[in-house]
Amino acid sequence: MVVQAFAFYLFAGILVTSALMVITARNPVHSVLFLILAFFNAAGLFVMLGAEFIAMILVIVYVGAVAVLFLFVVMMLDINFKDLRKGAMHYIPIGIIIGGILLFELSMIYSYWQFAPTISNIDLPTDQFADVSNAQALGLVLYTDYVFPFQVAGLILFVAMVGAIVLTLRVRPGVKKQNISEQQARKASDVLEIKKVTTGTGV
Amino acid sequence: MEELLMAFIQDPWSFWITRTLVYTLVVIVGVLLAVAYLTYAERKVMGAMQRRQGPMTVGPFGLLQPIADGVKLFSKETIIPSQAHRVVFLLAPMMLFALSLVAWVVIPFDKGWVLANLNVGILYLMAISSMGVYGVLMAGWASNSRYAFLGGLRSASQMVSYEVSMGLIIVSVLLVTGSLNLQEIVLAPRPVWVQFLLFPMFIVFLISILAETNRAPFDLPEGESEITGGFMVEYSAMAFALFFLGEYANMILMSAMTVILFLGGWLPPFGITSLAFVPGIIWFALKVALILFFFIWARATLPRFRYDQLMRLGWKVFLPFTLVWVVFLAGTLMSLGALPGQVTHENLVQGVEVEVEKTIEKAVKDVESALGLDASKDAEQAPTKDEQE
Repeated sequence: MVVQAFAFYLFAGILVTSALMVITARNPVHSVLFLILAFFNAAGLFVMLGAEFIAMILVIVYVGAVAVLFLFVVMMLDINFKDLRKGAMHYIPIGIIIGGILLFELSMIYSYWQFAPTISNIDLPTDQFADVSNAQALGLVLYTDYVFPFQVAGLILFVAMVGAIVLTLRVRPGVKKQNISEQQARKASDVLEIKKVTTGTGV
Repeated sequence: MEELLMAFIQDPWSFWITRTLVYTLVVIVGVLLAVAYLTYAERKVMGAMQRRQGPMTVGPFGLLQPIADGVKLFSKETIIPSQAHRVVFLLAPMMLFALSLVAWVVIPFDKGWVLANLNVGILYLMAISSMGVYGVLMAGWASNSRYAFLGGLRSASQMVSYEVSMGLIIVSVLLVTGSLNLQEIVLAPRPVWVQFLLFPMFIVFLISILAETNRAPFDLPEGESEITGGFMVEYSAMAFALFFLGEYANMILMSAMTVILFLGGWLPPFGITSLAFVPGIIWFALKVALILFFFIWARATLPRFRYDQLMRLGWKVFLPFTLVWVVFLAGTLMSLGALPGQVTHENLVQGVEVEVEKTIEKAVKDVESALGLDASKDAEQAPTKDEQE
């Protein structure tokens, strides 16, 4: 138990610290790197909860794909961040107000939260999955009970992808592109003509 | 070995810790030795392919050459460019190297020979290999050099592109095995026709791991003819050696992954049971060596891809092909009832009978409780049942 508590405080401590560093770091690339560290430690916490499937998916999707592209973009930006920070003081009152409202709402929720009296009678949905690993358990509900939301989520992502491509696609005339199938289909007889030229006559 | 340890340490907790440490050390030293002699093998094999001898001077047949190289790199000075971002610059090679070692935790070298038998082993491997791109990207950015930056960007887009089709290939293997655990993937039965269906995926996977490890003919991130040395251009001495070790350890790791997914891991080849007297780890090592030979062979044979050709291959050829093949494979397996744990006609009939019995029992109980029979027993449960329905 001591080891688990130690591991929990290690992951949680690094997670909170790196989350703080994301918003306080001066260099945006450092911010993204701290964000990745935060994702990684969140995955560690998921593993400790026994949700190893979610942990691995978090690392594969967020660390391995989303954050790479994010870092990619941030690295290529050529923005003077000192200029950007000049106006930051301007927005501090609004930020404080929003933060205060959120804190108030959260404290209201936690102080007045009540469980329904019948809660102890409800069959927990995890009962039937007690003897399978959580990857299997997720698959069993995701592709049966929740197949419609799952498909809708997939469709939305697909539409977003198509939309992004349509919005950024430019048709530029006059650009020479390699068409490999065309190259493969070309025969010597299509493009070469062999002529016998007798000396002194020219073509 | 365990008995020897047991003789010295009685306390089970410290015994467990010592055992884990010793095994981890054995794996790390083994991987590093394999890396050292992979560089030697690469130079020898490429030498033979180009009618040269390769290293011959240090030791018999040049066998001590990797050690000499290591000592040379170790004794050199680490130069940090004055414009570099110091911390990130030094962190990048360490991260790449550490990640290439961490992944070995889940690799089963033989039946039961695995440090951590994770249920999500293959996902863990995917996660760790997708982290590898950060080492390269951080190195490229922190060097504060145009060449290094270009190399880092190239590597990032290349690795992200090929990971997509690799993920789909892994899905197709999982459709056959029905488990994310690497040992179960190896042990899952595979009829010949299934192996036949998986064969195109094996070829695509082989090509994808070349791109994933930034090896020739996909070594654009370090293409020396255009961007000198790519992301490694500013590194020297041990920092460079860490990149080098990481790259070769990743090559071996990806080969091990291919062997586990497609070539049956530690099992004797072609299911010949009379060869089972040879220890599994020998078969595993031989199969990994076969894939590594393919890596070197490709490097000695093929010219480097152009960047747009690389992207075209990843997104316009591999991705559609693997996507269609996953659907095709899933459909074939399903129609033949060969999916792991698939509901066939027999167990469907059984299951329906059980369900019918359960429903009848429940209905009888509901009627009894509604009529007030045995009310004391069901009084607490009745309201919740009504709510749920």
